[in-house]
Amino acid sequence: MSVGELILFGIIKFIAIVFGWVMLVATVLTLMERKQSAFMQNRVGPNRAFVFGKKFPLSAFIGHLLSDALKVLVKEDFEPPRANKWLHLLGPGIAVIPAWLLWVVIPFGPGPMPGAEGDHPFLIANLNVGVLFMFAVMSLSVYGATLGAWASNSAYSLLGGLRTAAQMISYEVTLGLNLVGVFMIFGSTRLNDIIWGQGQSAWGIFLQPVGFVLFLVASIAETKRAPFDLPEAESELAAGYFTEYSSMRFAVYSLGEFIGIVAVAAVAVCCFLGGWQIPWVETPVDASGVPIYGWLTVAQIAIFLFKMVIFIWLQMQIRWTLPRFRYDQLMKLGWLYLLPLSLLNLVVTAIIMYAVR
Amino acid sequence: MATIHVKRPELTFAEKLYIPEVVKGLAVTTRQLVKNVFTRKDITTRQYPEEKRPYPDRFRGRHRLMWDDDKNVRCVACMLCSTACPANCIHIVAGDRGDDKVEKYPVSFEIDLLVCIYCGFCEEACPCDAIRMDSGKHPLPSFSRDKQRIRKVQLLEEGDFSIARRGGRGT
Repeated sequence: MSVGELILFGIIKFIAIVFGWVMLVATVLTLMERKQSAFMQNRVGPNRAFVFGKKFPLSAFIGHLLSDALKVLVKEDFEPPRANKWLHLLGPGIAVIPAWLLWVVIPFGPGPMPGAEGDHPFLIANLNVGVLFMFAVMSLSVYGATLGAWASNSAYSLLGGLRTAAQMISYEVTLGLNLVGVFMIFGSTRLNDIIWGQGQSAWGIFLQPVGFVLFLVASIAETKRAPFDLPEAESELAAGYFTEYSSMRFAVYSLGEFIGIVAVAAVAVCCFLGGWQIPWVETPVDASGVPIYGWLTVAQIAIFLFKMVIFIWLQMQIRWTLPRFRYDQLMKLGWLYLLPLSLLNLVVTAIIMYAVR
Repeated sequence: MATIHVKRPELTFAEKLYIPEVVKGLAVTTRQLVKNVFTRKDITTRQYPEEKRPYPDRFRGRHRLMWDDDKNVRCVACMLCSTACPANCIHIVAGDRGDDKVEKYPVSFEIDLLVCIYCGFCEEACPCDAIRMDSGKHPLPSFSRDKQRIRKVQLLEEGDFSIARRGGRGT
């Protein structure tokens, strides 16, 4: 393939994955979260916006999605006085673009085996740094929140922005270190290779159980959800770093957050839950190591998405179960417990790997 | 003042680990989620406009005016209710009924529901059982203040025959 074709296919895949699946899930999540939390708390949740009349109660689902979208589009786009106009405008964009870019390295379906030549049809860019690229981009998203908060010229926003910066930087360390254990076992940072490795040995959750728990904790902190929602703690900071945002800019911020949740779920599924591997089902490959695509591939993509939904559900469930930490508890947990534990996890992994070999 | 030292429960090792407790909490919320998705047993929300809750018998709702035997207005325009009214929301204009026993009748009888505080004093003051607040209905929302001034005709629409004796002389 020529460079032009590569770029063209990359863009097509990007649009298909990011706008066809990720944005869709993120949008539906905004409603599903309200619905799930309602049922958890013995409430009913939003069920009023019937689009086809009351005879079709499930149509309220579509109605609420549409009315939410309409609402953010037509609301007043308020800009606080003496705010930094350009940064205030750029903030949501800087927050959401990294969240989109994360999807470049996530394989949605089976690709060629490690070492085999060939294109990966379900991956936008087959980077050899793989997940490391993801972390690089993920740490950029902290700029979106912090710059937006700074530009808002409000004390609430500023505090929220500072907390975001501190929290995300702290927990990114743990998040990354826990994946290092997985990289060590499978000898690659490409998610595709890691998933193939999990099919041959065992899923990451069994090889790295401590790593999985720590990753789960750090990922919730990374997506700024309760019990780690200090950056946007509504009882203390109104809405944290996006207090001064309204209408579409606000929607972009919260959409970015939801995309982050989906992205973290995707990484967790790839590294710990076997990606597109179906348990006890081997992927057929031809002589050169390229999988033979067929109905099984469709099932594998479906199972990947299904695992993602399960993981997102778990994140939501935790978010609506636990109360918020205090700020000092958050920092203590991050630096004094999670970080040493993940380092210990690495050392133990290394020793076991040496002993087994 | 001395400080009161509250004795806090000691945490066991499992509780200090936090994760087992998190799992317990998740079990509780997940149980509720599954239960409510499939059976809706624990949901206490009422779907209000469709599913109305009956009010208690003594609920003071919108006013109504009762009828006499000929389905005319029972009120004799004695002004006791509008005198008793602490909010001054009852406006009565009296007229001659042309009857020896009952001299007056209300030419107009208006209640400003926006001003009314639903205290029920009018009902208590009435010697004729003419005004009642037992319709069990809310004041309805409207787009103009004028619609909230309900008039004699509307008040009588909700009315009913009363078997009570009219106060005062005669009947």
